[in-house]
Amino acid sequence: MKPAPFDYVVPRTIEEALAELDRGAGDATILAGGQTLMPLLALRMATPGIIIDINRIPELQGIAVDGGAVRLAPVTRQNVALGDAGLAKALPMVTTALSHVGHFQTRNRGTVGGSVSLGEPAAELPATVLALGAEIEARSINGTRRIPADEFYLGPYSTVLEMDELVTAIHFPDWGAGAITVFHEVARRPGDFALVGLVGAMTLDQGRIARAGLAWFGMGATPIKAVQAEAAIVGQTLPDIDWREIADIAVSETDPFDDHSADADYRRTVGRSIFARTLADAANQKVPA
Amino acid sequence: MSEHSIELTVNGRRFQERVEARVTLGDFLREQLGYTGTHLACEHGVCGACTIRLDGIAVRSCLMFAVQADGAEITTVEGAAAADGTLNPVQQAMRECHALQCGFCTPGVVMTLTSLTDGDQKPDEETLLKAMSGHLCRCTGYQGIRKVIKRLTADGVVEPAGEPA
Repeated sequence: MKPAPFDYVVPRTIEEALAELDRGAGDATILAGGQTLMPLLALRMATPGIIIDINRIPELQGIAVDGGAVRLAPVTRQNVALGDAGLAKALPMVTTALSHVGHFQTRNRGTVGGSVSLGEPAAELPATVLALGAEIEARSINGTRRIPADEFYLGPYSTVLEMDELVTAIHFPDWGAGAITVFHEVARRPGDFALVGLVGAMTLDQGRIARAGLAWFGMGATPIKAVQAEAAIVGQTLPDIDWREIADIAVSETDPFDDHSADADYRRTVGRSIFARTLADAANQKVPA
Repeated sequence: MSEHSIELTVNGRRFQERVEARVTLGDFLREQLGYTGTHLACEHGVCGACTIRLDGIAVRSCLMFAVQADGAEITTVEGAAAADGTLNPVQQAMRECHALQCGFCTPGVVMTLTSLTDGDQKPDEETLLKAMSGHLCRCTGYQGIRKVIKRLTADGVVEPAGEPA
């Protein structure tokens, strides 16, 4: 359980980090909070030649709330984001999702950008950025681009990030003050990765669903946006929606897998159940009396 | 492979050391500095036995490298009690509630609970119970730890622990 030898570099600016990434030419790995990378190194599932520690770059930390939109800098600790009143007010669904990430002790060190850019399919934050339509800002020595979350994830631990790119921000759009939080996760123990999870937001306009962003985690090789289910409910008035029917649509968009914890059928069954219940509960709290 | 010079404070004492980059903070504390109170069990972030305080907050010392602690203030379980050996309120409560059996997970539990209760903090029971999800006790001695949490969060019982010596 000891990591293989590597060269350690600790840049102080984004520019220095990008130069190191470029120099590393595919043999370099970025170390943010390390709460997933360190186990991979200890188990020697990852054996990079160079580790670039981005924990001492001040501009990579912080939360900026602009109206309802939020910019999260990637090395912001998960517990710092979880305790941020501005984030909780603007995007309470992100705060709820953060409270389910790992354990208290790992959130003290783990970062929002680390979780988002790692792309664990059963993790909360990748699904959250996908559900809410966030954009991931990535920089290399050749420039900056903003990648919509629905183009970001390719497979388990696989994203469209190039080897020389560093995530420099996560941009969440404004969901409005009255947006409803959708969140439910089924895991074997607190802190475990989800067997099945659902996260998202809805907004209402005069009793009709005006906007919906819903995504699954633990239900396929990537987080999965329930785009057909979203389309089926937008424009509908709440009493007219049969949530069990919508749940069937949403589950049909997933591609769950068998593993030692649960098989695909179990995940579909649980997914159908939590979708119908979570959405109905979320919607009911907002129905005018 | 790279080696680095680091300066850090452990339990109030300053150290200047050379360390290979791949050495975890947990191994460094135990093997290079001799603070063997920090226990390493799973060494990949699952069990919580190696929890220490890094600039006050509870983190797993197997999930960061010693070189990353350059400039940091570390507290291990050896620094939890006062210099004269007086136990801190968490340790005292654990002793009185029989909250340990083999004791292997105990240093980590003490560091998490101390980090959440010392000074002016008034956490509720649920906060502490949730934080305990990050610790595994193979003796399954959780009921004693629950009693400790009840005691630490009961009105008027929690006494400010102050900074460890």
